[in-house]
Amino acid sequence: MAHDIQTQAGEKPVFYLTEDHHPEGSTNLGFWLYLMSDCLIFAVLFATHGVLGRNYAAGPSPADLFDLPLVAINTAMLLFSSITYGFAMLQMERNAKAETLFWLAITGLFGLAFLGLELYEFAHLINEGAGPTRSAFLSSFFTLVGTHGLHVTFGIVWLVTLMVQVSRRGLIPENRRRLMCLSMFWHFLDVIWIGVFSFVYLMGVLG
Amino acid sequence: MNSHPHAPAHEDAANTHHGHGHEAGHGSLKGYMIGFGLSVILTAVPFILVMAGTFDSKLLTAFLVMALAVAQIIVHMVYFLHMSPRSEGGWTMMALIFTLVIVGITLAGSLWVMHHLNTNMMPMSPEMMKNMP
Repeated sequence: MAHDIQTQAGEKPVFYLTEDHHPEGSTNLGFWLYLMSDCLIFAVLFATHGVLGRNYAAGPSPADLFDLPLVAINTAMLLFSSITYGFAMLQMERNAKAETLFWLAITGLFGLAFLGLELYEFAHLINEGAGPTRSAFLSSFFTLVGTHGLHVTFGIVWLVTLMVQVSRRGLIPENRRRLMCLSMFWHFLDVIWIGVFSFVYLMGVLG
Repeated sequence: MNSHPHAPAHEDAANTHHGHGHEAGHGSLKGYMIGFGLSVILTAVPFILVMAGTFDSKLLTAFLVMALAVAQIIVHMVYFLHMSPRSEGGWTMMALIFTLVIVGITLAGSLWVMHHLNTNMMPMSPEMMKNMP
């Protein structure tokens, strides 16, 4: 391949471009593989919760503890942040730096709202004496939901870092690649949350 | 809104090349809105089913909640994560299928084995009995 282009173009080493193409695609695939391995972490935590989720140790059950309207609002926050990140990616494609930054900021605010509500819920549970040490059910609940919350936290740290990067360097190819990876990460966290609110909250309250 | 196919064509070589690299990666505004609309419905319905207690049968409600969750996960995969059998030459799909197999084995295997341990091997004190599901 490289020889072909070299002979055609004479002295100009254009083959460099074909070489550059490869890392671009493999970043996406590599990041996808990371997400899949992250998926396995959550699968194990879901399995743990599936096994321990009914062991209340004579303590409170999900129906006593979970406030479904709050969980619904929380879910909405994460869903909104997903669509606003989508808008940021569309603006990035249009090379609109200011609009990209705007939608990234909105995404970050929705993410913070989600985290705030989750921390409020955790604090409320612990205050009620339903902390992670109360029963096997609560241990697995806090581990699973806490791990997801930790992912969102680092997602927001990453988001702020990229906003600084974009505002300083603009939408250069490197930053586009990073935004693409964070996009996959962010939507992936929303996918995990679907499992959390269905399997942990709704099925838990259902009993 | 769908300026994507044309926009990179007039840029310099680096940008054209770059645009091509992301061809499969991005959706359109329409795609995102369809995905968002479906997600809202698929989120609202299970919450309403459980909170309003639409059906008397818990088994039916649980089945519907899980079925809607699976449907929403697929919607997110297609409209937000832009999964398709063609992206990255099919390798992302291969990785996804492999992961789903492992996840299935992990979940089903854990629940199955632990259920058997629970029912066959655990000595029950009266207090534990009381808390059985």
